[in-house]
Amino acid sequence: MAVTALPAETAKALDVARIRGDFPVLAQRAHGKPLVWLDNASTSQKPRAVLEAMRAVYEEHNANIHRGVYEFSERTTALFEEARAKVARFVNAAQPREIVFVRNATEGLNLIVYAWGRDNVRRGDRIVTTVLEHHSSFVPWQQLAKESGAELVVIDVDDEGRLRLDQMRRELERGAKVVALTHASNGLGVVNPVKEIAAWARSAGATVVVDAAQSAPHLAIDVRDLGADFMAFSGHKMLGPTGAGVVWGRAELLERMRPFLYGGDMISRVSIEKSEWNELPWKFEAGTSAYVEAIGLGAAVDYLTGVGLDAIHRHEIALTEHLLPRLLAEDGITLFGPHDTRDRVGVVSFDVKGIHPHDMATLLDAEGIAVRAGHHCNHPLMTRLGVPATTRASMYLYNTAAECDALVAAVRKAKTVFGV
Amino acid sequence: MDDLYRDFILDHYKNPRNYGDLEGATHHYHDTNPLCGDEITMYLLVGEEGRINDVRFAGRGCAISQASASILTEEIKGKALDEVKAIDREHVLQNLGITISPARVKCALLSLKALKGAAWGLTAWPGEESKEAAGT
Repeated sequence: MAVTALPAETAKALDVARIRGDFPVLAQRAHGKPLVWLDNASTSQKPRAVLEAMRAVYEEHNANIHRGVYEFSERTTALFEEARAKVARFVNAAQPREIVFVRNATEGLNLIVYAWGRDNVRRGDRIVTTVLEHHSSFVPWQQLAKESGAELVVIDVDDEGRLRLDQMRRELERGAKVVALTHASNGLGVVNPVKEIAAWARSAGATVVVDAAQSAPHLAIDVRDLGADFMAFSGHKMLGPTGAGVVWGRAELLERMRPFLYGGDMISRVSIEKSEWNELPWKFEAGTSAYVEAIGLGAAVDYLTGVGLDAIHRHEIALTEHLLPRLLAEDGITLFGPHDTRDRVGVVSFDVKGIHPHDMATLLDAEGIAVRAGHHCNHPLMTRLGVPATTRASMYLYNTAAECDALVAAVRKAKTVFGV
Repeated sequence: MDDLYRDFILDHYKNPRNYGDLEGATHHYHDTNPLCGDEITMYLLVGEEGRINDVRFAGRGCAISQASASILTEEIKGKALDEVKAIDREHVLQNLGITISPARVKCALLSLKALKGAAWGLTAWPGEESKEAAGT
């Protein structure tokens, strides 16, 4: 095979035109206009390689995993476990058995709270979290605090939406059982210094649980370097299919935990009196896994790795640098979150005076532009910002500066319609 | 799609009719769409003969929700309470005269929900009492 390696390629700008050609849905039109997909923080589009990997399983060797002794099952099982190994490498996990496939980050975070939190967090313990959390990284801990009698400590942000690290450090010095925080905010795009916070947490003896739903698709992640104990993310936000999410946990913690769900595949032996659990990671994968989706996620990881996470991040930051001043040049714009691109992902949350975000999103939709309007499952953050909702544009590797310009033009048009 | 924001709707949004509190209201009901933060309170002053002598609404939110409320208040002033109780969703959507996408129907109908709550003298929408009690 004549394959020419281009090791220097990742340092260059992305070949966005070529990347876009890999995503069939990007050729679609919405309301007769070219589709501008700027709702990537909600879900990403899928490259042909992912769709093809899943199609191949169904059409060529579909069989349930870990069960059949026939060839199809062995082939499918091998691909499923290969996907696990790919995800493990993707986040630099020590070993593939530290990767548990779940449905999405929400299910993953709930797994951690149910299987670790309920056995380890006691009355009087302190759970430290932040006002930036998505409901899926907030509500499970809030409920655990209520059930267990633990104290929930919520770290605030500054006026630019950056986490109050002074507060975080002080609260961790006072002691904590667990710190649950998002790596990148889905509402504001700020990236939290997880490595620094994890070091403080370690000194306090606290377990570190990271919601990486908004970072894993956009930033190179090294779980060992970050010093986290658990992490969860969703495959569908990182070019993979829905139904494939990931929990990573340090093996010694996962080993000690009870299962989250009971059933088939997670069992090694069952008698009338008792049951013994399967080894990691299958102890946490009860029932038939979404194995086709996991294999699809493996293909997504290959795609992202092929393009290069650093190159993707640089591209998104360049787009954010392009968009921010153009948006801020418009009268009546309030930008939520940092006005610079330091420690940030390509999430731009804004409001236009006199136009409710839902009206804005409807008018942008008329121009073929998909953005999210609402509270972004971030009620505590919206309350902190003093708004019911924002309009959020979020970027990915296939977005272009021209699309950012189209967004600004459509915002201007919306202002004309509303006479503001 | 621009039709959604034609002058008629935007005029009601920017210059809402019957806006504000109603001193001495006999009926009132507050409702919200937690999804988008839209809020409407409907105030009715119902006379002894069961007619709506005066109506006001207060609230905040998107153009569709606020314009829908404004249009509704214009329509019901002077009507019998029983007539108001009979207004259905199709009627409200027809009044708006625009095509409302499924995602925005809740915006368009919030005012009707608040009006029904007021007209029936409710303190909480049936089935949502515990939600009201929880203060969400």
